[in-house]
Amino acid sequence: MSAPSVAWPAGSAERPAVLAGNAFGRLLGGVAATAQAELRKLRHDHVDVFTRSAQPLLWLFVFGTALHNTHAIAVGNVDYRAYITPGVMAQAALFIAIFFGLAVIWERDVGQLQRLLATPLPRTAIVLGKAAGSGVRALVQAALLLVVVAATGIGLRWTVLGVVGALVMLVLATGAFACMSMLIAAAVRTRERFMGIGQLVMMPLFFASSALYPLSIMPGWLHVVARINPLTYEVQGLRQMLVGVGGGGELWLDFLVVLGFLAAMVAAATRAYPRAIL
Amino acid sequence: MSGHGAGGSPPPGAVLVDGLVVRFGDLLAVRGISFGVAEGETFGLLGPNGAGKTTTLRVLTTLLRPDDGRALVAGYDVRRQSLEVRASIGYVPQALSADGALTARENLEFYARVTGVPRRDRGPRIADAVEAMRLEAILDRLARELSGGMLRRLEIATALLNRPRVLFLDEPTVGLDPTARRLVWERLHALRAESGTTIVVTTHLMEEAERHCDRLAIMDRGLLVEEGVPSLLRERHEVANLEEVFAAVTGHEIEEGGRIADVRAQRRVARRLG
Repeated sequence: MSAPSVAWPAGSAERPAVLAGNAFGRLLGGVAATAQAELRKLRHDHVDVFTRSAQPLLWLFVFGTALHNTHAIAVGNVDYRAYITPGVMAQAALFIAIFFGLAVIWERDVGQLQRLLATPLPRTAIVLGKAAGSGVRALVQAALLLVVVAATGIGLRWTVLGVVGALVMLVLATGAFACMSMLIAAAVRTRERFMGIGQLVMMPLFFASSALYPLSIMPGWLHVVARINPLTYEVQGLRQMLVGVGGGGELWLDFLVVLGFLAAMVAAATRAYPRAIL
Repeated sequence: MSGHGAGGSPPPGAVLVDGLVVRFGDLLAVRGISFGVAEGETFGLLGPNGAGKTTTLRVLTTLLRPDDGRALVAGYDVRRQSLEVRASIGYVPQALSADGALTARENLEFYARVTGVPRRDRGPRIADAVEAMRLEAILDRLARELSGGMLRRLEIATALLNRPRVLFLDEPTVGLDPTARRLVWERLHALRAESGTTIVVTTHLMEEAERHCDRLAIMDRGLLVEEGVPSLLRERHEVANLEEVFAAVTGHEIEEGGRIADVRAQRRVARRLG
């Protein structure tokens, strides 16, 4: 059934006042608002931060201490626990990022996402906001971990620039992995399958990186995998800044790879993720 | 409403839809519907699950691009001026959109920021929305601790902060008990009386549409099968209520149809809100 068309009016030329600012300003504002909301959620739920902190501490003090005492892995003149601190930090952040996608599938966000898509907020801001949210969580957790590390006297190289730089790198990389998680979530759509794929992605990322051992002791094929694994560059960068020993690469290259990975994942997630919920 | 103005653009009303078509693969979800909503009107899109109501709403809120036809919302074209449309509307989807891990106040502050309310206006706008939806007593409670009716009113309040010209509500009372339902409608009527906001609402509840909408369109299987003022529709078809109007124009009862996904989605919403 089709009603007779009245003379079709031209779309109004007058812009709504809300759009007076530029798109970049709206983007930054949206990301900031999302990150702020994420911080507020953490404030309401301290328990979450502490339970999530248990696992990295176990890696550090059980696994780390055991291997430190047996000298099973040659890492040069460094305390093995100090050596794996960046790896454990990165792994804990990776957990936060990967399970971020699960929240999407859980549909906790479905209505919110529909709401946000119907606001003037740029779509990139929605994805970047989510990424910033997981970055904020990783930041809080990493800060706690560093406090524990400092209190137990594990010998990191404590410089202001090193710690700040490491936290910046951690936030960037966590944001990138969160976007990757949103991509997986957009593709699989059911919680059960996500659990399987999440594990399938996370464990190889972790073990095929320099998180626990230097690249030099890996067999050839694993070395190749580790070289294309962004987590390797994240850990190398963190280690360079926190411990003072690199995994071989240059710090600028580590940052470049992490930034490139972030840009690629944000771009891909901006295309795939909002569409997946409709 | 949309008279043909001589010179300049004629006032197009709040919503104007012409020959709208939406396909999902082979399925024709909306098959060429046309209707208009006047400024300040409370307009209902009524029909069973799967009739195409939500799909229509998603086109009007720019979440979905139509395959054919055209639509204006608040004077802006949903295809070519989607950003302007989004700046002029409020939208409350059927799925839960408040963030349960934030307080009611934090939810309002978040949406004030992302809908582009200028910093100096945020405080007064939030106060206005809180008053309009009667949320004063629950501002500092986490959204997940609120009852279904309070949540809905909070969500509507978050959609009012940008002073929308058209407010779209997708099944706003689904899963609510009668008291909560009545309060939601009472606040919507008050909102319209005070600020003249145009309200477009979808519902599958005939009785609710009949009581609360100035005008409504009945949808069935992607078609708009009847449109008008509820009381006049009853007179025209010489029946006692809208349910019978529906049966008269479609030739079938409002069955509990819909795909299993719809049913599942509705139950989930109901469970969360209930």
